[in-house]
Amino acid sequence: MSGANSSLGVPHEGGVPHNDDGVPDPGELSGIPRSSAPPAPRPPMAHSLRDAGMAALVALGLFVPLVGLRTDVGPGGGGLIIRTRWADVAILVGLVFAGRLLLNLWTTFRPAPKPRTAQRSAMIARVGTWVAPVLLAYAVLLPMLPGTTRYGLDLGILVLTYVMLGWGLNIVVGLAGLLDLGYVAFYAVGAYSYALLSTTFGLSFWVCLPLAGLLAAFWGVLLGFPVLRLRGDYLAIVTLAFGEIIRVVLLNWVSLTGGPNGISGIPRPSFFGLSFSAGGGPGSFSDFFGLEPSPTHRVVFLYYVILALALLTNWVTIRLRRQPLGRAWEALREDEIACRALGINVTNTKLTAFAIGAMFGGFAGAFFATRQAFISPESFTFIESAIILAIVVLGGLGSQLGVAIAALVMIGGFEAFRDLEEWRMLVFGGAMVVIMVWRPRGLVSSRTPSVSLGKRRAIAAELVGQGR
Amino acid sequence: MSAPVLQVRELVMRFGGLTAVNQVSFNARAGDITAVIGPNGAGKTTVFNLITGFYRPSAGEILLHGRSGERALHRTPGHRIAQEGVARTFQNIRLFPGMTVLENLLVAQHNRLQASTFFGIGAALGLGRYRAAERAAVDLAKHWLEATRLLDRADDAAGSLPYGAQRRLEIARAMCTEPVLLCLDEPAAGLNPRESEELSELIRLIRASGCSILLIEHDMGVVMKISDRVVVLDHGKKIADGTPAEVRADETVIAAYLGEGDEDDTPAVPLEGAA
Repeated sequence: MSGANSSLGVPHEGGVPHNDDGVPDPGELSGIPRSSAPPAPRPPMAHSLRDAGMAALVALGLFVPLVGLRTDVGPGGGGLIIRTRWADVAILVGLVFAGRLLLNLWTTFRPAPKPRTAQRSAMIARVGTWVAPVLLAYAVLLPMLPGTTRYGLDLGILVLTYVMLGWGLNIVVGLAGLLDLGYVAFYAVGAYSYALLSTTFGLSFWVCLPLAGLLAAFWGVLLGFPVLRLRGDYLAIVTLAFGEIIRVVLLNWVSLTGGPNGISGIPRPSFFGLSFSAGGGPGSFSDFFGLEPSPTHRVVFLYYVILALALLTNWVTIRLRRQPLGRAWEALREDEIACRALGINVTNTKLTAFAIGAMFGGFAGAFFATRQAFISPESFTFIESAIILAIVVLGGLGSQLGVAIAALVMIGGFEAFRDLEEWRMLVFGGAMVVIMVWRPRGLVSSRTPSVSLGKRRAIAAELVGQGR
Repeated sequence: MSAPVLQVRELVMRFGGLTAVNQVSFNARAGDITAVIGPNGAGKTTVFNLITGFYRPSAGEILLHGRSGERALHRTPGHRIAQEGVARTFQNIRLFPGMTVLENLLVAQHNRLQASTFFGIGAALGLGRYRAAERAAVDLAKHWLEATRLLDRADDAAGSLPYGAQRRLEIARAMCTEPVLLCLDEPAAGLNPRESEELSELIRLIRASGCSILLIEHDMGVVMKISDRVVVLDHGKKIADGTPAEVRADETVIAAYLGEGDEDDTPAVPLEGAA
């Protein structure tokens, strides 16, 4: 490793020398109250009207070509004719004007927001401590609750898979602050590891699960090496490319992976050697316990497997956060240069984050393969990486509870809006925008210290670094 | 005369066509406070970055007489230098603002703690050895928090501390690595006179604990009062080296500070007016 680090305040060799101005970076100024001049008061009504007029003008410019002009096939079937719909344009522009005006007036004349009292904060904190246990209890009891359908269980499995993926990615993005857009690659490595090992060598799920995790971790380290010196946008682009490389290799290496046809007939997991065959029969789960054979047994079993895997991810993350390694990850997110000056091996610390994050992705992948019994490269596209990253960002970087809630909202909510058909994506996108406007740092944005002398107090999101 | 803790020999650093440090040699003696001064752009911070491994020198040697005998710092990887016993602070404070004061100090003891975790497995299972190590680490952190009067802020986010406290915390964090040589890059920048006075006390206390100090400072009041030895750089070259009294009387030093005040924010007045 060369002495020069490619980021932050320490320039390349050959670059400009250390900036000698003594002015701290903006992020480092966070402790110092900045004097921000209040906006100059304006006559509210006139300003609101002018602003609404501007918005209407923009809307007019947009809607004239988008809505106002429409090409249709001509009456004789030959050629296109232009149909104009000026009335629709006028309605839309009027709506924009009125909406903007109302919004302006509301922000001007609404009562001053009440400052959050200490009492209210305490109440929110008290409720907050109950959310996690309640969610956990619900997750554990879900298969036993009356009224839980097969569909509900399947949805639960899907949500828990994303919870686990979110928690795995949270290690890389939330704790170590390394923006990884190719996380689905490790999911794919885990899934294909299990599929190939079990169909080729006949190994069981429980043997393959750790192997899949190890292989994914190995690929995590392999990805980690070339991107060690990259940060921010550059890191994001390289990890994105890595995710695509894995998918394209899986797609084209037909002799090994079956290419676009994927791998089918992947064995299902067994319960201590007892299979979940639908017909019962000797050696099956239902036979051993003297139960009526039912396909639900396997679903319930799979549900508990993914719940256990997800909780393992959570437990390891929580333990690691209170350890030197976890603290080093968070320190790395806050300031890499300072980490180096304190003797922390930045290379190893980053690689462990990549490896451990990838390992949990691999576990989830192996589970995905065994649940579906069929995998193909189509399941590992970039959109999966984007969804997992969105879960982590919406939940709040570094927050375990936030990520779980975000996975529930994103995956479960997406299913809940199935009735809306083609409007579903619109609702989904709108919900994401609303969450990000309402809570720009995610649902749970404050950070809990890993150690304290007295009472543990949450740290406000504004102070916590976001990595680069 | 005691043995040197740090020897810098004919150090050269070039950034492309610019020679930022040119044939600089000096020693920092064990138990001394050695100050490096000079006008802005003289190459002081570059020397620091070379000593602490953020840059690789174009030529020359840096030798540390630390815990494990003589060690060539110019060939040591960046993170190993801190493990050899060189700690530093930064001119523009570099704390971990989203972590508490205590966490900042525990991160500084990362290597010692990590060694006791047995690759993280022991700590994950909560084994006794790691608990003892963490208790010791918290005790060391408490010691330096008391020395820097930050004990009551231990559970606050580092980023929420006032500026002067952040400066002190950075020094406390550096001391938690248990260095043999502490490099302070303009520790008094932005402090008021009372805080500067307290800083001088703190630096003396650190020296009394057996740690040698290398100091870059523009506040001549602080430099002249606490330094045992002063090295003056100008345009990347060493122009003087001696006791504060000798340096103050040196013609070339006065010329450097008075004669070419192009970008100089350190007028000669405090230099001459210092006690």
